[in-house]
Amino acid sequence: MAEMTTADLTVVAGASAAVPGEAMMVADKLTRRFGGLAANQDVCLTLERGKLHALLGPNGAGKSTCINMLSGDLPPSEGRILLGGKDITRLSAAQRSRIGIGRSYQRTNIFPGFTVLENCRLAAQSRNPRPWKIFTDALGLSDTVDRARAAIVEAGLAGREGRIAGTMSHGEQRQLEIAMVLATDARVLLLDEPLAGMGSEESAQMVELLKGLKKNRAILLVEHDMDAVFAVADTITVMVNGVVLESGPPEQIRNSADVQTAYLGEGHV
Amino acid sequence: MNPQNSSRIALVLKLVVLAGLIAFPAFGSSFYTEMVAKILILGIFAMSLDLLVGFTGLVSLGHAAYFGIAAYTVALLTPKYDPADLWLALPASVLAAAAAAFVIGLFVLRTKGIYFIMVTLAFAQMVYFIFHDTALGGGSDGIYVNFKPDASIAGWVPFDLNEPIQLYYFVVVALVAVFVFLTLVLRSPFGRVLVGIRSNEHRMQSLGYATFHYKLAAFTLAGGLAGVAGFLYAVLFGFVTPEYLSWHQSGNVLMMVILGGMGNLAGAVIGAFAFIGLQEMFSDWTKHWQLLMGGVIVAAVLFMPGGLSALPRRIMKKVNGERENG
Repeated sequence: MAEMTTADLTVVAGASAAVPGEAMMVADKLTRRFGGLAANQDVCLTLERGKLHALLGPNGAGKSTCINMLSGDLPPSEGRILLGGKDITRLSAAQRSRIGIGRSYQRTNIFPGFTVLENCRLAAQSRNPRPWKIFTDALGLSDTVDRARAAIVEAGLAGREGRIAGTMSHGEQRQLEIAMVLATDARVLLLDEPLAGMGSEESAQMVELLKGLKKNRAILLVEHDMDAVFAVADTITVMVNGVVLESGPPEQIRNSADVQTAYLGEGHV
Repeated sequence: MNPQNSSRIALVLKLVVLAGLIAFPAFGSSFYTEMVAKILILGIFAMSLDLLVGFTGLVSLGHAAYFGIAAYTVALLTPKYDPADLWLALPASVLAAAAAAFVIGLFVLRTKGIYFIMVTLAFAQMVYFIFHDTALGGGSDGIYVNFKPDASIAGWVPFDLNEPIQLYYFVVVALVAVFVFLTLVLRSPFGRVLVGIRSNEHRMQSLGYATFHYKLAAFTLAGGLAGVAGFLYAVLFGFVTPEYLSWHQSGNVLMMVILGGMGNLAGAVIGAFAFIGLQEMFSDWTKHWQLLMGGVIVAAVLFMPGGLSALPRRIMKKVNGERENG
């Protein structure tokens, strides 16, 4: 048996009331090896409701491996993942989505040939798929369509329902990526570099969006953009070479000598 | 032209074609009536494959297996000196094809891309050799369906499939039924998921869809509908041979789908017309008609993306574009 960690103690088993600061998702000593290489070694993270937890680290630090394990895209070699106190380590990506874990991708991963509405409608439909209703027009299922429209508005894409997703700007496609996760009613958002490739204006919009999103949800944000991370994060975990170097509030990370030498470089104080 | 107008035009066109099909026996000879019936049956077959290839993104090269299994089922269900009951033989044939597709789907759907193409072909070849090399269905000679199924219900005879004209209309009704059925399925939540899988299966999974189950349902459904076609084909021609489930047949129906335009149900029927029409024309000219057909398919893929069904839209676009530029 793995020894108990402090992460376990913060979990309230089966808690479902919307308590801010309540631990929703916990990574407990996650390890992933690729052959002899440990891409992640004993990584512990706690995602709390109402909080945005940022994962920082240089290229190759293991951030993507970590988020892939949390989303179910990659099975861990060792360790556990808990959601609301329940062990979900063995659930597939699709199963995790159904229990409220939503993931966006670093490289835009949408349905480029579909409209914005259909992208989000498919996402919303996954909550109540009703595949046996083969003689019912999917567009007539108003619960699904309404949920999709609400997600589009929340992600800042109001008025663009009819646009073909692949013809929109990069920034809008990143927003759509978020809208799709929102349309699944996810309580835990795993966002993989939502700001990648964005201009400064688009980035500022996305940062505002992220601030609004965390109200009722727990968010893990993997991001390279330092300014954005320090602007929105409540907790920052810095990874280097597959291990957690330091974890704490932004001020602690900003002033950490270890982090500065390992990652931030000397110019960034 | 706005999309609403063009879909209205498409609907009118379909109704005109349907009226033509209904009127055809009054003008065409019995030879051509049978040929059109054959084409319509292959149109059903092509639509069933298009559900996989064009809408779900599953390129099956073994679709003839389900067509052939249904054809053999009706042949084996027909007693030597009596007709089979239509209302038993038809569902039994369709269910046999769907059941085979379900079982084979359990295996083949674990693969993707080129591997999927190869294993669907391999399973179809296994089915082919079961009928070719055993006495079950008369071996390589095939088997006769001596009597066309009897449509009577408790003494009442709504129609008689021994009458070529009535058989023709039975085929037309089947084509319309399958077309309407698939149109409804494709706009349903289930159909939307299939199209999502074609576009981006990984994303569908991360959105929480168990895509394997959806693909298996589509594969089974497509197998059952191919069974409708196989049943009608066996009834129309009165015999079944292993050639019905050979890989040539699987290749031909795939070419119909490509010619007509993948992801378009009406296109699949147009593709069946085009394929059989070209086949008849080329085989009049030369016994090497397959060489010419191959050339047509290559040209269609290179110069006609979207197939025949996309031609009107492409032409309109070109005309409008030139008007705007000029």
